[in-house]
Amino acid sequence: MSAPRSLLEPARYLSRAEAEALAKRVLALATADATRVTLQGGSRGNTRFALNQISTAGDDFNTTVTVRSLFGKRSANVTTNKLDDAGLRYAVETSERLAKLAPEDPEEMGELDPQQYAESRSWSDATASLDPAARADAVRAITQATSAAGLHGTGYLETNAGSFAVANSKGLFAYARGTGAALTTTVRTPDGNGSGWAGAAHNDWSRLRPAELGARAIEKARRSANPVAIEPGRYTVVLEPTAVGNLVQNMGFALNARNADEGRSFFSKQGGGNKIGMKIVDERVTIVSDPLDPEAPANTFNNEGLPTARTVWIENGVVRNLAYDRFWAQKMGKQPLPFVASLSMSGGTATIEELIASTQRGILVTRFWYIRQVDPRVLLVTGLTRDGTFLIENGKITNAVKNLRFNESPIFMLNNVEAMGRPVRVSASESGSPGVAVVVPPLKVRDFNFTSLSDAV
Amino acid sequence: MLALDAAKSAGASYADIRISRNRNQAIFTREQRVQNLVDNETFGFGVRVLVEGAWGFAASRDLSREEVARVARQAVTQARANRTTMVRPVTLAPVTPTPDGSWRSPARIDPFDVPVEEKAALLLAANAAALGVQGARFVNSQMFFLREEKTLATTDGTYVVQTIFRAQPSMTVTAVASGDFQTRQSNDVQPMGRGYEHVIDAKLVENAPRWAEEAVRKLSAKPVEVGRYDLILHPSHLWLTIHESIAHPTELDRAMGYEANYAGTSFVAPPEKMLGSLKYGPEFMNVQGDRSQSGSLSAVGWDDEGVRPEEFLIIKNGVFNDYQTTREQAPWLQWWYSRQNQETRSHGCSYAQSWADVQFQRMPNVSLLPGEQNHSWDDLIAATDRGIAIVGEGSFSIDQQRYNAQFGGQVFYEVRGGKIVGMLKDVAYQLRTPEFWNSMDMIGGRDSYMLGGAFNDGKGQPSQSNAVSHGCVPARFRNVNVINTGRQA
Repeated sequence: MSAPRSLLEPARYLSRAEAEALAKRVLALATADATRVTLQGGSRGNTRFALNQISTAGDDFNTTVTVRSLFGKRSANVTTNKLDDAGLRYAVETSERLAKLAPEDPEEMGELDPQQYAESRSWSDATASLDPAARADAVRAITQATSAAGLHGTGYLETNAGSFAVANSKGLFAYARGTGAALTTTVRTPDGNGSGWAGAAHNDWSRLRPAELGARAIEKARRSANPVAIEPGRYTVVLEPTAVGNLVQNMGFALNARNADEGRSFFSKQGGGNKIGMKIVDERVTIVSDPLDPEAPANTFNNEGLPTARTVWIENGVVRNLAYDRFWAQKMGKQPLPFVASLSMSGGTATIEELIASTQRGILVTRFWYIRQVDPRVLLVTGLTRDGTFLIENGKITNAVKNLRFNESPIFMLNNVEAMGRPVRVSASESGSPGVAVVVPPLKVRDFNFTSLSDAV
Repeated sequence: MLALDAAKSAGASYADIRISRNRNQAIFTREQRVQNLVDNETFGFGVRVLVEGAWGFAASRDLSREEVARVARQAVTQARANRTTMVRPVTLAPVTPTPDGSWRSPARIDPFDVPVEEKAALLLAANAAALGVQGARFVNSQMFFLREEKTLATTDGTYVVQTIFRAQPSMTVTAVASGDFQTRQSNDVQPMGRGYEHVIDAKLVENAPRWAEEAVRKLSAKPVEVGRYDLILHPSHLWLTIHESIAHPTELDRAMGYEANYAGTSFVAPPEKMLGSLKYGPEFMNVQGDRSQSGSLSAVGWDDEGVRPEEFLIIKNGVFNDYQTTREQAPWLQWWYSRQNQETRSHGCSYAQSWADVQFQRMPNVSLLPGEQNHSWDDLIAATDRGIAIVGEGSFSIDQQRYNAQFGGQVFYEVRGGKIVGMLKDVAYQLRTPEFWNSMDMIGGRDSYMLGGAFNDGKGQPSQSNAVSHGCVPARFRNVNVINTGRQA
């Protein structure tokens, strides 16, 4: 790794030259018909806080090497983080030994020839240089405000900085470096009757505003205290962007051509084939992945070294593309189309305030929680509202309401769109880690299906 | 010792170092294909320090002398930064040090000694057996194995070496009809803290046709009518309900607000109003926390801060009795333990998923103990006039305080007049935890006890994965709200 090191230096990761040299060392040891080396790793820093003080924190550094050995149509993968000669030799020898023992895979496609890649746009120096003291400063910007307000601030800040490289024995070499940052906070009233959340994620730490997030969560915690019960049922909802992201990102996992063609997906067409070309949601909805979008960047290649590019999944409500791996693409006479680890959805121009003002009776949702699939045939999921759920009456927020469980599909939701706001980058991962980039608008949606009340605050 | 010395000389009042080598192996198949064969090893160390009441933690994969000392100093520097927000300093409950301990999972066959071609052949034979059933279209199967060799040293004088094994064989069969598809997961076989003998005992080839037949039968099963039913829950299903609605809400860090930003808080709070008072369920309900059941996923000799775990009752005769704790947390309940004439000691619930992650409170095995009468699954069905019997865990979701939950399952049977009369589909039940457990009126006996388990339970930020078992017996619950989850696209 890069030398020299100070105690609190910028994050460590493999540079392009270091990655190339390491990959060459591994490939020089290989005797298989073909070999692929994947290098991944870097530094991660995190700081947690609860009850207005830091509870735990961590700084860790790791790099892994994965060796894929291929003999004819037999293959195996071995991963290690021991990068000395003995460690690398052990990984190569184990991978080759296991590969020879593996059955032949009729779907083996072999390694790719060298490819051309665009330069990744996922790196930020501001993120890579954030040290534990700077993380503690960011936390204090929230906990000082929550302490002063007589509330309990809890939350989590994580940054990572690392690199990802793929090389193979046919001369392919792909390299990208990237950073991620996420800060989320949940502020609760000391009596446990109110809870408010705010959070944000970006590749660039300087785009996050700790004090603003704290102020937003404090405001929600205060307004959410002592919620009233309402009858479950179908409601018009105003979903803040995080809530939209929580649901829409679930669609990403289903955008798989093979499952659709095999008849076991929402994207399967009745009678055979898939739904490419069919309208499935409101015509205002377009969903794309663009690895070079600075607001939602992603790796410019996948773990085989296949380049990724801007991909339109849904355009004006119509399915335009599903992901094809190399085998399925060849079998179906298509071009391979890899997944891209980001998602951007179209929007409109309305502000959340305007969406609320246009609603006679509805519910404002800050975020959803514990979303799990119930029925893959229609992408039906269940989950609950959390940390800021409010009743809207005659265009105004009138009351905090108790949290509600929903059973709903993002497909049905995107067919019931009333109005859309401006898309923003959200922290949509359940765990609060940076995760993949998700850019979505706030939405006003009719007939959202709430099935029961929860007493949880 | 180098790390502990470096931490001490930099100002730490307490320090521990965990060095671990994790090896895992996974084989993934579908139909007659091995999709992937993966063998991973990760090696590294993590140093945790306590500096004037504030924690610090740093970790690295590089075990050179210079890096170990650097990481120990980095942890201390970080603890000093963390201390700038400190309101209440951390104090630790006492521990009896173990100067030279060793422990090993009860694995008879090391999975890494079994040739991969033997493992692959077994999975492909099970797949073929499933696909031999008419209507079964697809099958995915896999095996996952872990061997972790973990060394812990603390400035209290503990030095222990442990070898932990886990094994999980599983398969999913999919049946497809026009416009419909249904799956059956093999989750009457649960993950265990055992070796390859667990795979042999799972009898995948022998069981696969039954799982396939059940997937096919689900296509023509009757959609459930919404309403209130008595539920008879098989241990292969009930373990997950216990996990979500008993094990998670009785974690002390949740109850105190430490997990509010992710996993959530708990309805079992505040402790002073709950301990000895909350009626969780009927008098015959006893729930135990332990890390000792043979072959269980959470079993260890010492936890990740050197505490030898003990068995303790979380629910005693239906009343809430104790939380899951670590050394940092046990002193928060000193008032309760002194009232019980008990020492204030950790229950041994400290755990980190790897060398790169800081240890914190994770659940031990949390198990519903058998009833005094030796009722069987069949006895519970025979005693039920109108109900639904559920086998295997399915979809699950629960709120952040563990009140409102919704559970699906793998196979649903309609029960009428004490007999199973057919199969149902699109079943999920919704519950409110206190009412649900207080509606339990009949449980199985010792002969019907089995261990279910969560292989990847998430908690903490960054999220860490924990593996725990939940022993339980079949149980009946009265008048539970059942919904129909079927919708048309």
